[in-house]
Amino acid sequence: MKPVALTIVNGTLVTPDGLCPGTLRCEGARIVSLGDVTPHVGDEIIDAGGKLVAPGIVDLGVFTVDKPAFHFGGITRAALMPDQNPPLDHPARVQFLAYSGKPDLWVHPLAAATVGLEGHNLAELALMRDAGARAVATGRRWIADSGVMLRLLRYAAMLDMVVVTHAEDGGLAGDAVATAGIMATRLGLPSAPAEAEALAVARDIALAELAGARLHLRQVTTRAALDLVRAAKRRGVAVTAGVTPAHFMLSDIATAEFRTFARMSPPLRDEADRQAVIEAIGDGTIDVVASGHDPRGPEDKRLPFADAEPGMAGAETLLAMVLTLVRDGVIDMPRAFALLAANPAALLGVEAGVLAEGMEADIALVDPQKPWIVSSDKMEASAGNTPFDRQPAQGRVTALYKGGVRVGK
Amino acid sequence: MTATPTPSASGRFPAGWYAFPHRDLLGIGQLQTHEIMFLLAEAEQWVELNRQPSKHSNSLSGLTIINAFFENSTRTLLSFEIAGKRLGADVVNMHAAQSSVKKGETLIDTAVTLNAMRADAIVIRHASSGAVRLIAEQVDCPVLNAGDGQHEHPTQALLDALALRHALRERGRTEFAEGLWGLRVTICGDILHSRVARSNILCLTALGAEVRVCAPPALMPAGIEEMGVKPFHDFDAALDGAEVVMMLRLQNERMNGQFVPSTREYRHLYGLTAKRLKKAEPNALIMHPGPMNRGVEIDNDVADLEGRSIITRQVEMGVAIRMACLEVLTRRTRGVPGWSAADMAGEIV
Repeated sequence: MKPVALTIVNGTLVTPDGLCPGTLRCEGARIVSLGDVTPHVGDEIIDAGGKLVAPGIVDLGVFTVDKPAFHFGGITRAALMPDQNPPLDHPARVQFLAYSGKPDLWVHPLAAATVGLEGHNLAELALMRDAGARAVATGRRWIADSGVMLRLLRYAAMLDMVVVTHAEDGGLAGDAVATAGIMATRLGLPSAPAEAEALAVARDIALAELAGARLHLRQVTTRAALDLVRAAKRRGVAVTAGVTPAHFMLSDIATAEFRTFARMSPPLRDEADRQAVIEAIGDGTIDVVASGHDPRGPEDKRLPFADAEPGMAGAETLLAMVLTLVRDGVIDMPRAFALLAANPAALLGVEAGVLAEGMEADIALVDPQKPWIVSSDKMEASAGNTPFDRQPAQGRVTALYKGGVRVGK
Repeated sequence: MTATPTPSASGRFPAGWYAFPHRDLLGIGQLQTHEIMFLLAEAEQWVELNRQPSKHSNSLSGLTIINAFFENSTRTLLSFEIAGKRLGADVVNMHAAQSSVKKGETLIDTAVTLNAMRADAIVIRHASSGAVRLIAEQVDCPVLNAGDGQHEHPTQALLDALALRHALRERGRTEFAEGLWGLRVTICGDILHSRVARSNILCLTALGAEVRVCAPPALMPAGIEEMGVKPFHDFDAALDGAEVVMMLRLQNERMNGQFVPSTREYRHLYGLTAKRLKKAEPNALIMHPGPMNRGVEIDNDVADLEGRSIITRQVEMGVAIRMACLEVLTRRTRGVPGWSAADMAGEIV
């Protein structure tokens, strides 16, 4: 569908500078003006009814392209992890996936850092960049060989691509499915100390600093590792950190009774680390909150805990969970959308994620108060593996526009 | 053994199913102290029966019990089989090696299949923690956990408590006739990989014992002190004042990588030798859930020490405890007064 000129009136615009009542006008898939704007003759007029007019969410790190779930959650762009079958280590696969969601969802494939994500030989990063990869990722794996990691970071720095890493020291993590502590001990689950994360973060920061590369730690979930990120940022290292709602909403208590919907990678941490994540979101150490969307059916989840696949279907609950942080006073509304849209868009180098002139007209109308109940059986996602099943949530997207075109209409 | 009168269960526990309001026995962690004591009390009659020349009861006559063992076992399987047969039930053993599990069938499908065969109780052993609970959620009959991964092995802990109670009673320690308040127990060995250790920690602490656990750091689970036990790395210190010493073997089959330099070195630090046993209380009892690695965690002369080692007693009590568990859990199916579905009115937990 060709975008028509569109004016959203009577909304509360979520801009980097704050919330302001106003009007937003789009033309030719871009935002052309906002604030005190008069609709042009012939514009389609949408009345936001005082609700939030926010940038569409840019989800940095999903494991599958699941359009209904993304649209429910207000996601207009999703960065696809290279952990596919086969892995995204070839330009042709990257190119195919980069077009797979258009027009109403833009998929930004993340190139596999190494062939087969095996951590040995660098993949064809430049060819994949030119085929549409917006960044490089190590997947849900750790590159054990520091020599390979340094070569990767130097090469990616030359190509000006961010390297998205998974921070878990493989030697410590081994076949662990839980964080060492009383919960794992009681359940008798293979576990690794939480320090496995800090070790990996320390190495990756040191190497990125040496290489002059941009490093994005996709999930930082422990106090020790967050302290390292905080210190590195203070030194001026080009490091950013992300997290998914599971790690600020839940602690390892959620794995009681072997609930596989709470099996995550990295595993859920203890309560003190959960608090540390919230603190880090509040003080700006964490830059990105992503869904880590990974819908998994019973064949992957209705198994003994250690045999089940990690991950959760997170796209639909992402916004509501971040809004809990706004209601709790940890962050304000503009910062919520910086975490969800502006920062990930900047990392990926796409002209979206903020309401500003010239940006892509990816817009979500949000009712931040709207109550609803998360229900595993009624989700839009291709599987309902959410640890928030039957929990009340607040905040829903009421309409979504991708490039100035209403999604789902 | 002296003919000590068996205490009767009546009058000391809540009436009917309130005494044991569980459909399954998945772990000691789900039980209240009085529920543990109830099972121990119920087992006494079966200890008596098992010592008669004719060891048969018809209580479970007509019922089918499936022993589904997804992990190899000799003694536990045999013990459950004998327990079921002595109660008059039809017992069927399913070995993983012969099952369709090897052909790729999922655990859930196996559970559904077992359920469709209308078993009246299923006894399960599985190599993954939590697997038995997962199967229990899919079937309509009582499920008994015969060991799931590194999680729990409840009947082992119950039989250990029963064996202890008997041995202490014979020694005239009347203060332990009911609970084990203040009894100093040292558990030494591969605590990390041991479901027996976890169930025993839960059971012994529930009964009031002071439990110490001893292992090298690599074999000690994180946060174990939060389970109410005192961790030790020095075996001599852990033995000081111990009235009961429970040894566990190294579970090499569950180890991923090297946890101890060699069995020789392990024996040097953690082997229960006659000399080391002297650090414990005189007359301290010696226990081992088996199978033993003689010459590694326990020396021959200690394992066979007359009057001190109750290792064979543990095996004997195993049959009685499993009879008690099977008999109690099938009361609903058998419509025992006070235990029927109508009595429970859907309140089962």
